[in-house]
Amino acid sequence: MKIIVCIKEVPNTAEVRINPETNTLIREGVESVINPFDMYALEEGIRLKERYGGYVSVLSMGPAQVEKSLREAISMGIDEAFLLCAKEFAGADTLSTAYTLAQGIKKIGDYEIIICGKQAADGDTAQVGPELSVCLGIPQITYVSKIEEINLKEKRIRVRRMTEEGYEVIQTSLPCLITVVKEINEPRLPSLKGKMRAKKSEIKVYTNEDIKADRNRIGLKGSPTQVVKIFSPSQRKAGEILQGEKEEIVNRLAEILKKIG
Amino acid sequence: MIRIEKDRCKGCGLCISACPFGAIVLVDKIAVVKENCTLCGACIDSCPFKAISLLREDSGEKVISPEEAKGVWVFAEQEEGNIHSVVYELLRKGRELAEVLETELSAVLLGEGIKEKAEELIWRGADKVYLIEDSALRNYRSDVYSRVLVEVIKRYKPEIFLSGATCVGRSLIPRVAASLKTGLTADCTGLEIDKKKRLLLQTRPAFGGNIMATIICAERRPQMATVRHKVMPEAKVDKQRKGEIIEVKMDIPFSSQIEIKEMVKEVEKTIRLTEADIIVSGGRGLGKKENFGLIEELAMVLGGAVGASRAAVDSGWIPYSHQVGQTGKTVCPKIYIACGISGQIQHLIGMQSSKVIIAINKDPSAPIFKVATYGVVGDLFEIIPALINKIKKRED
Repeated sequence: MKIIVCIKEVPNTAEVRINPETNTLIREGVESVINPFDMYALEEGIRLKERYGGYVSVLSMGPAQVEKSLREAISMGIDEAFLLCAKEFAGADTLSTAYTLAQGIKKIGDYEIIICGKQAADGDTAQVGPELSVCLGIPQITYVSKIEEINLKEKRIRVRRMTEEGYEVIQTSLPCLITVVKEINEPRLPSLKGKMRAKKSEIKVYTNEDIKADRNRIGLKGSPTQVVKIFSPSQRKAGEILQGEKEEIVNRLAEILKKIG
Repeated sequence: MIRIEKDRCKGCGLCISACPFGAIVLVDKIAVVKENCTLCGACIDSCPFKAISLLREDSGEKVISPEEAKGVWVFAEQEEGNIHSVVYELLRKGRELAEVLETELSAVLLGEGIKEKAEELIWRGADKVYLIEDSALRNYRSDVYSRVLVEVIKRYKPEIFLSGATCVGRSLIPRVAASLKTGLTADCTGLEIDKKKRLLLQTRPAFGGNIMATIICAERRPQMATVRHKVMPEAKVDKQRKGEIIEVKMDIPFSSQIEIKEMVKEVEKTIRLTEADIIVSGGRGLGKKENFGLIEELAMVLGGAVGASRAAVDSGWIPYSHQVGQTGKTVCPKIYIACGISGQIQHLIGMQSSKVIIAINKDPSAPIFKVATYGVVGDLFEIIPALINKIKKRED
C-alpha cells in the first residue's frame, strides 16, 4: 500500500504574539515545529505501513528550512520525503496550498491513502485536507479517530469518524484522503537508527515547474482570500480574587452563578 | 510580489522590524526583499513613506464573478431533521448583512422529509428557503452534500455564503469552496460589510487565538465563511414573517462513495460541551479519576457540561471528547468554571473567550488567575462540595 502524509511546519503557536506598538508578529525566539496534529498523521501512516505493508512518503510545502521537519518525519519511520519549494508558492491561502499539494502528489505517483492532520495549529482552518481531496478528485473522511479496516483487494476503507455527539463508522473507496484527530494514536519518538537514516536521506525538492503547476493557481496569485488586517485580541484582564472565609466565598460564588446563569 | 519603490525608500529600516519572517534587508540603504518573503504584507503599513506595495493580479479563473452575484445565503445544517442552533445565529447576522447590502437573505436546506423546517427558517429571518430533498440527503455525507450545494450555488449565485463552523460545516464547506474555486475563511468570530466595495470583512482568531486577522475575498464569489458557534446572538422567532420556499429540482447524480455503517452517540452525563451555557472543567488538581465525580456533580446541579484540561484527559480520568484547549475543543460559554486547572496557554486558547471565567486553584500564582473574572485561591475539595450543597439548598 502506498501512503502519503502531508505535513506543515508551523511556528510554536503558544509563543506567537503581536508587538502592541508596531502591530506586527513578534518573530524573535519563536521556533518552528511540525504541526502537532500532523504528528498523529505521520504516526498513523507508519502504523498502516506496519499493518498492511507498503511505502509511506511525507510531503510538505514551504521554504527550504522545512527540510528539518521532514528529516524528523524520516527519523520516526517515514520512507521518503518531498518538499515543494519555490518562491512562486509564497502567499498561498488554503485553496492554492491544496492545489499545489495536489500537483505534488500527482508528481509523486500512485497512492491508496492520503493522511493529513485535522488542522494546522497556526491557521486553525482545517480546510486544506478537504480542499486537497477535491483537487485530487477523491473521497474525504475528516476527523478520523480510528482506522478499523483497509481492504486492499476490494479497495475500501472503514473508519471511525468523530461527530459532535459521538462517532460514526463509515466506509469509502480507495484511494481516499483522511484527516486524523489526536485520539487516533500516540506518536512515537524517533529511534536512534531512524535519526541516523534521516541524516543521510535525500529530501526531494520540487519547484512549480517540476510539478507542472498552473501559475495562475499557485501562491498569492492563486489565492482568492487575502489578509487585510492583523491585530491583538482584546486581552482579558485579571478580575477579582474572592476573599474571606470559605463560607463567604461559597456564598459569593453561588450569587454570581445565580446572576449570570 | 512585494514592490519597493527605490525613490521613496529612505532606508529607515522600519520594514525590517515589521517583517515577521526576517525577509527584508538593507542593501545600499535601500530595502530589498529576500527569497523567503511569504507576501504576508506586514511591511506595507510599516513604511512611513508609502514605498512598499503588494502587487496582486487575479488569475481570472472564476466560476462566479462579483458582477453577477447577489444575496446572502445561510447553510441550514440539520441533524435528524433538527436545525442546528448555529443556523439561527447565522440568520440574525445574515439579516444584518443583507440589510446593509440591500439584498435578500436566503437559507439552503438539504435533507429528507424536512419541508416543515423550511418555514421555521422564514420565521427566523429568511426571505427565501431553497429546499433540496432526497433520501440520499438524510444524513450528511461529504460528497453528495457538496455536489448538491455546488449545483444550487452555481444556479442562483449568492454573493455571500455562511455556514456554522461545526464538524459538518468545517468538513463540507471547504469542498464546496474548492469546487467553486472561491475563497473561504474558517471559524469567523466577526462579520462586517464594506458597503462601498460590497465586501465581507471576515474576522477570525489565528495562532491559537493570540492574533486576530481580518480577511477578504475580493474577486470571486460567493464570499464564503464558516462562523464559530455561540459567538453571535440568535434570531428571534416571528411566526408572522412571510417568505418563499423554493423546492429545487436538479439533474445531478445523488450517489455517494461514502457509506454510513453505524452512528454512535456517546452518552454524555451532561449536555454538549460546545453548546453549553455553563461548563465546569477539571484539571490535574483533582489528583485522581474518582475525584472527577465532583466536577460532574457540580456540572449537573448547574445544568452545565463537563470539560477537562489535557492533563486530566492524558491521565485517563475522562474521555478526550471533553478536552478543552488547543488539541481539544474551543468553547465560549457564559460561565466557565476551571477547577484545579493551572491555565497553560494551550488550555487558555480553548476557553479564553468565555464570558465569565471562575477559577478555583490552590496555587495563587497559577496563570489561570490572569484570565479569571473571579478567582478563588483555595482547596477545591472544600469549596466545590460546599458550593454544590449551597446550590442544592437554594433549589429546594
